Amino acid sequence: MPDGQTHSTTGIPMPAPDPGILARRQRIVDGLSALLPGEQVIASEDERRAYETDAFTAYRQLPLAVVLPQTTEEVAAVLKFLNAERVPVIPRGAGTSLSGGALPQADAVVVGLAKMNRVLALDFKDRTARVQAGITNLGISGAVAHEGFFYAPDPSSQLACTIAGNIAMNSGGAHCLKYGVTTNNILGVRLVTLEGDILDIGGDALDAPGLDLLGIVIGSEGQFGIVTEAVVRILRAAEGARPMLVGFAAPEDAGRCVAEIIGSGIIPVAIEYMDHLAIEITEGFAHAGYPLDAAAMLIIEVEGSEEEIDRLLERISAIARQCGARTLKVSTSEAESAAIWKGRKSAFGATGRIADYICMDGTIPTGKLPMVLTRMGEIVRGYGLRVANVFHAGDGNLHPLVLYNVNDAGEREKAEACGFDILRLCVEAGGCLTGEHGVGIEKRDLMREQFDETELAQQIRLKLAFDPHWLLNPAKVFPLDLRPAGDLPAAA
Amino acid sequence: MSGPIQAPADEAELAHVVAEAFAARTPLDIRGGGSKRDVGRPVHGAAVGTGGLSGITLYEPAELVIGARAGTPLAELTAALDANGQMLPFEPADWRGLLGSGEARPTVGGTVAANLSGPRRLMAGACRDALIGVRFVNGRGETIRNGGRVMKNVTGYDLVKLMAGSWGTLGIVTEAIFKLLPRPETSASLVWSGLTDEDAVALMSAAAGSPYEISAAAHWPAGDGMPARTVLRLENFAPSVAYRAERLARELKRHGAPDRLDEAASSALWRDIRDAAPLRDAAGAVWRVSVAPSRAPAVALALRQAGGAARLFDWGGGLVWAAAPETAEAAAAIRRAAAAQGGHATLVRGSEALRLAVPPFTPPAGPLAALTARIRAAFDPAGILNPGKMGE
Repeated sequence: MPDGQTHSTTGIPMPAPDPGILARRQRIVDGLSALLPGEQVIASEDERRAYETDAFTAYRQLPLAVVLPQTTEEVAAVLKFLNAERVPVIPRGAGTSLSGGALPQADAVVVGLAKMNRVLALDFKDRTARVQAGITNLGISGAVAHEGFFYAPDPSSQLACTIAGNIAMNSGGAHCLKYGVTTNNILGVRLVTLEGDILDIGGDALDAPGLDLLGIVIGSEGQFGIVTEAVVRILRAAEGARPMLVGFAAPEDAGRCVAEIIGSGIIPVAIEYMDHLAIEITEGFAHAGYPLDAAAMLIIEVEGSEEEIDRLLERISAIARQCGARTLKVSTSEAESAAIWKGRKSAFGATGRIADYICMDGTIPTGKLPMVLTRMGEIVRGYGLRVANVFHAGDGNLHPLVLYNVNDAGEREKAEACGFDILRLCVEAGGCLTGEHGVGIEKRDLMREQFDETELAQQIRLKLAFDPHWLLNPAKVFPLDLRPAGDLPAAA
Repeated sequence: MSGPIQAPADEAELAHVVAEAFAARTPLDIRGGGSKRDVGRPVHGAAVGTGGLSGITLYEPAELVIGARAGTPLAELTAALDANGQMLPFEPADWRGLLGSGEARPTVGGTVAANLSGPRRLMAGACRDALIGVRFVNGRGETIRNGGRVMKNVTGYDLVKLMAGSWGTLGIVTEAIFKLLPRPETSASLVWSGLTDEDAVALMSAAAGSPYEISAAAHWPAGDGMPARTVLRLENFAPSVAYRAERLARELKRHGAPDRLDEAASSALWRDIRDAAPLRDAAGAVWRVSVAPSRAPAVALALRQAGGAARLFDWGGGLVWAAAPETAEAAAAIRRAAAAQGGHATLVRGSEALRLAVPPFTPPAGPLAALTARIRAAFDPAGILNPGKMGE
């Protein structure tokens, strides 16, 4: 193990905590308490326990302290103080990150946005909403639903995850094929820098002046500052939407069907793919009427008026038949539509009921799907494991669930190694390591698979322009040995 | 500075040219096709052209993705897409008429550098939204890849977006990859005549907030003996266009009964809107003001008081094209008018004297200016890439 690193209990290397910071813990807590009302500073071990991990539960670590500011000014005061004290900062939304984006360190203060969850302004004429960043994704749609509007990006965790976390990870979801991901749906943010400056980047116009700083803040995994407010685009919902199920005897047929649909000029609002194991597991839980005899299944949803939907689903059905579809089932009621989506959205939970799993998040060019599925099967069998595949077929974002038994110590390690091999395969196929979960801590050490040293150095120079002392979410995104020693000017 | 234009034959040669310029601290004047050369501050440096970097590098129609080298003429890209019934979602504008650069050829690199978007930006996003991958040479002469050919990618920082609209000041784009949309089966437009700016914006907001998926909304204020026209565009399969046009006309009937333009007339009209044709023959400077759509009428009023005139509202009112006298006073007044409504103004066409007297791009202020400078330095530490182009 390199100097200056410790291993967590699960073998993830982490920077060794700074003993100077640990020794100053009481002074730091007192300093934070002078800035925020008492109940917004969490120092006791019991209460800190709730922040020791996020949805990447393989790793746990109590943070030095947790603060829950209620205003942008409080966030600014906290960051200015922690910057002066040279204490690492871990921004946290709802803690739903699957890549460990909000995992703490022993010498770091978690800045949680849970209390900043209000809608500040709604403008249906300009189709924008100004919200505090701790609001949940679904909370935004809830606030505008009475006028028939919604916020488009829809990660599976949308009930719980915050827009702050969505911005940090540039989150996607099932409906991104038509509506884009987070970066396509945010017009502005209020960003607090480490120095405590409050910057308004973008706003309620479609274009902002200067460099596209909004574009780099979104997806920066909390390493450039803390976003406390956002101006989001809200969209008027279509008149109606309806899904259909299509079952195939071979994964290749499903892949060809996706290509043919798009080639015919139809952009469905979602095309979701599930393989046989995923269908079996999910059907056993959700009873959505999925075709149990299919090797692969697509859920295809289209939007418009009833008549338009009928026409589109007819065209898609014809294409699917030509591609060898065995089962075609068009939803005929709200209840059937809800059941179809309930199955898809509960796929991860249902899998968790029958086995432990790790959920990977690689992306591939959709044309490479047959090759990747075949190779992935070989990789997984090589480790003596099983894999269930659920993914967004329109955009090639794979979510292989690698199943293992948590009570078998060796299997966890095998599952992790297997997952990494799958991600390497994605990169090799022309895709990338992560499509929507982020790099976080999970894929940090795989970054060299996708980028060379020069490319990583360019990204690190950009981070240093925002964070010269490497304090913001410091153990994430980049391999630990790339951390600059000491402070570096951005131009160094 | 005049002199011979260096024209590297490929990316490696370009990187070498930049590395040498970095070592010698020689400023570089980056040349694409030249169609937008006179936007921004004039650059003084050794000319480097991207014309040698040409050709489509990737086209997978079934994956809705295309990639091309920077010097590829945009026309070559669109011809390839046309042949497959596909299109760039952001409908890039052609400013040659506006800028008097008719002999030049717009390129892929220039489109990215300018983040050049047209009317469909209202619903389908800007150039930066469709851009999913880039290769570029930074100010050290290093070649950097970011993004890729897949639509969802959150691996590392999104430098792709940062390159769009940076006018060559962070890196020289050598290749760009875009996501695509199928070309709609047909299109049609609804046209209302004689509306005030306020009524037009109200109509466009109501249409954009309806479930009928307009793909563009623009307003041509009265002038040159023509009444005001307010236009909505629908694009889809033919029965959907017919259905939606009928629904919209009914829902917006308090604004009067619209005329309907068929596909050919609609396409010609939107090409003019896309390319800001109403500004071509305008005297003086041409500005673009970006604001929240509902504030466009207030901007138009303030522009008149500043001695200018709003000639065209695109993006449902979110983009106001204006003509104004070529004076520093008028420029300052336009900037104030935009800022008062929470927007900003960019000088697209102006004399060299005006572009030197006032910053063509709205300069960042306070901590944002310092941050912008640090970001520039992170990509171009010697300040050799199009120095001063964006004003800072």
